[in-house]
Amino acid sequence: MTVAQRENLDAEINLSADCEQYLTFLLNGEEYGVEILKVQGIQGWTRVTPIPNTPDFVLGVINLRGAVMPIIDLRKRFALSDVSYGPATVIVVVKVVEHDKERAVGLVVDAVSEVYNVDHHELKPAPNFGGTISTDYIKGLVTVQDKMLILLEVDGLVNEGVLGLVSDQLIQ
Amino acid sequence: MQTILTVDDSPSMRSMLSFALNRAGYKTVEADNGVAGLEAAKKQLFDLVITDVNMPEMDGLSLVSELRRLEDYKFTPVLVLTTESGDEKKAKGKAAGATGWIVKPFDPDQLLNIVSRVLG
Amino acid sequence: MFDDEGMEEIKQIFLEESGEGLDIMEAGLLNLNLGEADLEVVNDIFRAAHSIKGGGGTFGFMEVSDFTHGVETILDQMREGKRSVTQEAVQLLLETVDCLRAMMDSIRDSSPYDEPRINALKERIEILLSSDNEAAVAEGAETSEEPALPTKQLDSDTPTENGQADSEWEIQFQPHPGMLQNGNEPSRIFRALAGLGELKVTADTSKIPVFEELDPDCCYIGWTLRLITQEPESNIREIFEWVVDECELIINKVVGAQLENVELAEPKVVPIGNSGDLQPKQSEKPVAELAPDSEVPKVAKVAVPKQPVKPDVDSSKKTGGNKESSSIRVDIEKIDSLLNLVGELVITQSMLVRYSKDCGDSILGELRDGLEQLERNARELQESAMQIRMLPIKVTFSRFPRLVRDLGLKMNKKIELKISGEQTELDKTVLEKIGDPLVHLVRNSLDHGIETVEKRRAAGKPDTGVLHLSASHEAGNIVIQVEDDGAGLNRERILEKAIERGIVGEDEQLSNDAIDNLIFQAGFSTAEQVSDVSGRGVGMDVVRRNIQDLGGCVDVHSNPGVGSIFTIRLPLTLAILDGQLVKVGDDTYVIPLLSIVESVLINPERLSFIANDSTVYRLREEFIPVLDLKQTWQQYVEVDNQEEKDEEKDEEKEEVSESNRLANKLLVVVEADRKRYGLVVDDLCDQQQVVIKALETNYKNVNGLSGSTILGDGAVALILDIPSLMRLYFKNEAIDRMATIAS
Repeated sequence: MTVAQRENLDAEINLSADCEQYLTFLLNGEEYGVEILKVQGIQGWTRVTPIPNTPDFVLGVINLRGAVMPIIDLRKRFALSDVSYGPATVIVVVKVVEHDKERAVGLVVDAVSEVYNVDHHELKPAPNFGGTISTDYIKGLVTVQDKMLILLEVDGLVNEGVLGLVSDQLIQ
Repeated sequence: MQTILTVDDSPSMRSMLSFALNRAGYKTVEADNGVAGLEAAKKQLFDLVITDVNMPEMDGLSLVSELRRLEDYKFTPVLVLTTESGDEKKAKGKAAGATGWIVKPFDPDQLLNIVSRVLG
Repeated sequence: MFDDEGMEEIKQIFLEESGEGLDIMEAGLLNLNLGEADLEVVNDIFRAAHSIKGGGGTFGFMEVSDFTHGVETILDQMREGKRSVTQEAVQLLLETVDCLRAMMDSIRDSSPYDEPRINALKERIEILLSSDNEAAVAEGAETSEEPALPTKQLDSDTPTENGQADSEWEIQFQPHPGMLQNGNEPSRIFRALAGLGELKVTADTSKIPVFEELDPDCCYIGWTLRLITQEPESNIREIFEWVVDECELIINKVVGAQLENVELAEPKVVPIGNSGDLQPKQSEKPVAELAPDSEVPKVAKVAVPKQPVKPDVDSSKKTGGNKESSSIRVDIEKIDSLLNLVGELVITQSMLVRYSKDCGDSILGELRDGLEQLERNARELQESAMQIRMLPIKVTFSRFPRLVRDLGLKMNKKIELKISGEQTELDKTVLEKIGDPLVHLVRNSLDHGIETVEKRRAAGKPDTGVLHLSASHEAGNIVIQVEDDGAGLNRERILEKAIERGIVGEDEQLSNDAIDNLIFQAGFSTAEQVSDVSGRGVGMDVVRRNIQDLGGCVDVHSNPGVGSIFTIRLPLTLAILDGQLVKVGDDTYVIPLLSIVESVLINPERLSFIANDSTVYRLREEFIPVLDLKQTWQQYVEVDNQEEKDEEKDEEKEEVSESNRLANKLLVVVEADRKRYGLVVDDLCDQQQVVIKALETNYKNVNGLSGSTILGDGAVALILDIPSLMRLYFKNEAIDRMATIAS
């Protein structure tokens, strides 16, 4: 019945032009997806160096193979309930682009779930969730195997939804 | 493969010469002034020398006359790159021993045309 | 061919090189003595213009080539001594340099040229060229006729002749004996002619001398050629273009009957074609050695007295002495990636050192030796990689002769610019960013420092004011000074203004230097003094901030009536930093060593708490504001590790007095903007060179931090930017007065 079919992560898939692969992760019981082409890797939890004068959802920076990369807590950003970080906590490293500048940013999530093929025709616009996460940062919703996935517009989310807020919250 | 020595103080002009000549199947060696050009010519026998006129260290005309003094370059074609189409400048080039001239600006096709004329 | 990638790249090279050429032109023009110009300098300028013109045409920027043409003509006339070097001409040439720069920018951004500006200058060039000068009479006509056009325009042939029908031509071609020595081979000419149509070649060997008199390097043969072609005469003549002065050439159009006659009369017809062999075989003379081929005539060459080539070459070398710095162009990104790699190496190395400390003693000896070597190697590699980024400050200084000259004219002041230490090297990035602040300081010195001629005379000073720009290395830093012999700063006025703006309290006692340096304070607007030259609404505080952003500092020392010296101190590079590692809670921060004055163990009795959360510390006789990072940044520290969060909370619940909380901690005394501050830290760790990683790469720049670095254990440590940190937390100058009150 479902057009989007679950596929194996490393299987060679013949994607049609309208299909894209999404990596999904869990946040407070919901399943979110980001385009797999945006994902640079998945990191285990590591000690974060906090940065002063930054909003609370920017936990700080870590050393990712010689690069200093910020870690963003999506739970805090989406104003979900707090959870403590530990060995199970996972960081999804995504590449975002803003005016030709590429950044690597780590997103803290509860757990990584699956990789799905999603047909863009199946996307449904997101209803307004209320203040914390603008629908601008959501590509749409899609149902896969009776589960609802929230597909994120990761460039917008990170550039405007996270970094865009940083300078505004500087301590005076 | 025929090898051409290009002598010009301008990197872009050298690149352009090499670019066009290499494409046409010639090998090129670059030098950025007359002294360097002469040194290169002594180390290796070239089938053709193309040189700019206005250069620091040793200008193109001096290079031509120096080359003509070398036994190996007595008859080697030497083309002078010049922006001057005036007869006086051309005569100076000839007097120094140049085979002929290529008038700047030229495009790669014009260049190859002239080069094929002397190299056959 | 022009459209593909290779060509694009070459166009980029051209733009870059033209930029350099324009710099050479500008510097040269500024160096020209009016009247009797140094020929070498004029030649350099000419050559640069010449290259721009040639390249412009070649790479399809006809407007550039066209515009430069007139410039080149002027320079050529100067070079030939046919035009005198006047103030007017130099000024015009300088303006054309500016215009060309703008044109290059337009090409780079694919934006349209500033046509009105170009046309206006072109007009002025025309006027100058046709102006009353020896040059105009002597050669103006000839040179200005030189077009940046293809060669063929000189042909006077009637265009009716681009014939459809075949014509037949008889060409009599008798090379002068020396023609071969210019590399022109008759066979090539014939081949080219054969390309136009059907060619028959007849050789005339009658002029070949007897063997004893024969010079094998000479050409004695003449040819009569018959060509049947559709091409016009001009195309035939073009083939002889290079040899026209070295031969007798007669070209006649023939009608059929005559052609046949001539052919019968001359029996020795050699058809030209596959062999290209020109030896007239019927000849009885030993023609084998006459073949115009460089390889053949070697038998006889002994007779030719050889020119002593070598001495000449040597002498030309002596006179030349390669002054052009031999350099290669390297993409800055490649260097940066090399630097990153080396940075990694340094990190790995310090990691290994750490591990080695945890090892048992048994294997240590050799391991330590190896590690020491690794450290040395890594350090050297890092230094030499860093060296690639270093450029002489000359690059920045070179714009000042022009600036000073123009401003001097504008303000009607006589100014001599002295430049020293221009070979001093510093990081490319620092170099690029120091330009604007320096320009501002120089403008300021010219505008407010150096007096008008009248005032200088009245003060018994020479008419010409001296501005001295210098650079030098000093203890791992670069020091740049802008020194003028002008009036010095007006201290009363500065103090007055500072009090008026509330920057300084009325009853404050300040040293002369302290007053002078008030000009760098934010809010110390020099609105009243804004002039066309140094005004522009940018204050000295911006200069100071720009310099601080580079990790440097600036101050002024002034002597009324004698002059002022602005001194800028900068780190050599922005890539590494000598830092003091400190512990604040669980976090390690890096404080630039340059900012640290001293470190002391906190004596709680010397602490005073003022108002809500302001703290000062009495250090000897001075009261210094204190910043407790742990407390200030507490909320962020909390985020980190949950387990420790609880401990911290317990600690807070104890409600220990401020004094006790700070007891046994260390106070790092730092200096920023000539003021001292204390930073509370828990512990001092190593001092080490750290590789700076910009936070901006993946995140954003953060106020109070100049970046981050990766420590030996792989953790990230933040680097404190002391001046910006102090500005952040001691924004209101009240803290200064607070210190006064406390005393």
